[in-house]
Amino acid sequence: MNELKDIIYNCRKATFLIEKKQLTALTFKERVELRIHLTGCSFCRLFQKQSIGINKMIYALFHSAADRELKLDDDYKKQLQKRIEEKLDNN
Amino acid sequence: MSIPKSTEIPQAEPSVLDPHHWVENHADYLFSYAITRINEEEQARDLVQETFLAALQRIDKFEGRSSERTWLTAILKNKVIDVYRKKSSGLGKNTTSLDTEQQDQDFFDPYDGHWKKTHRPEPFGIDTNDPLMNKELKSILQKCMQKLPALWLSVFTMKHMEEESTELICAELKVTSSNFWVIIHRAKLNLRACLQKNWI
Repeated sequence: MNELKDIIYNCRKATFLIEKKQLTALTFKERVELRIHLTGCSFCRLFQKQSIGINKMIYALFHSAADRELKLDDDYKKQLQKRIEEKLDNN
Repeated sequence: MSIPKSTEIPQAEPSVLDPHHWVENHADYLFSYAITRINEEEQARDLVQETFLAALQRIDKFEGRSSERTWLTAILKNKVIDVYRKKSSGLGKNTTSLDTEQQDQDFFDPYDGHWKKTHRPEPFGIDTNDPLMNKELKSILQKCMQKLPALWLSVFTMKHMEEESTELICAELKVTSSNFWVIIHRAKLNLRACLQKNWI
């Protein structure tokens, strides 16, 4: 009973489980604990929603073609290809 | 997954390396890859160069099972992980862990683990807008990520961007698996709070 009480009132642990859940499978006990906590805690429900949103944003940030606007400048590229050619000639 | 607008044509035959066109075909792609992960232009450029030079040295080890770009990206990725490792080791590791203790307690009541009144999540832009479309939120997110301690950012980046296994991250960055989860948790608490604070 004490353990149950712990999780009902413990937002620190609940948010920890929310993070863990997004990256790996929770144990049965953890799943139950988290569900009980979220039923009674609107702050952690909001945290969970926002945390999932942040993860989606991060995924988009690093996997989207739209962000690939960055380019190397042409001089640098010329130098770089030159270095590669030199190395190729040496071999 | 990323859909690079590449000039590559999917091939059934083993791919061949064409170093004479490496820069033309892949330099911008590799640069983008590097800069989104380490956020320092000069270092990203250096990594692109190092990648090509390292690739030349092991050109005979290329078996043609993956595309040229995939092969080059794998080399670059290892170099990026090296950077994470260097950044997160060395000075500041101990102070970091002290700081995290502090920051964690800032969020929650030390006695009952409840959200402190001042740190309770509140709705902000991410709840109402489509986060995928929101450029401003994205740039705030990037700034907030840069505020994280180096080790946290390394762990967080490797997990979320590279989707590396927890075991590999722990081994590469020398953190225990329980510390790994603590870092993931605290990094998100801080990121979320930073987003809420900076979102107007």
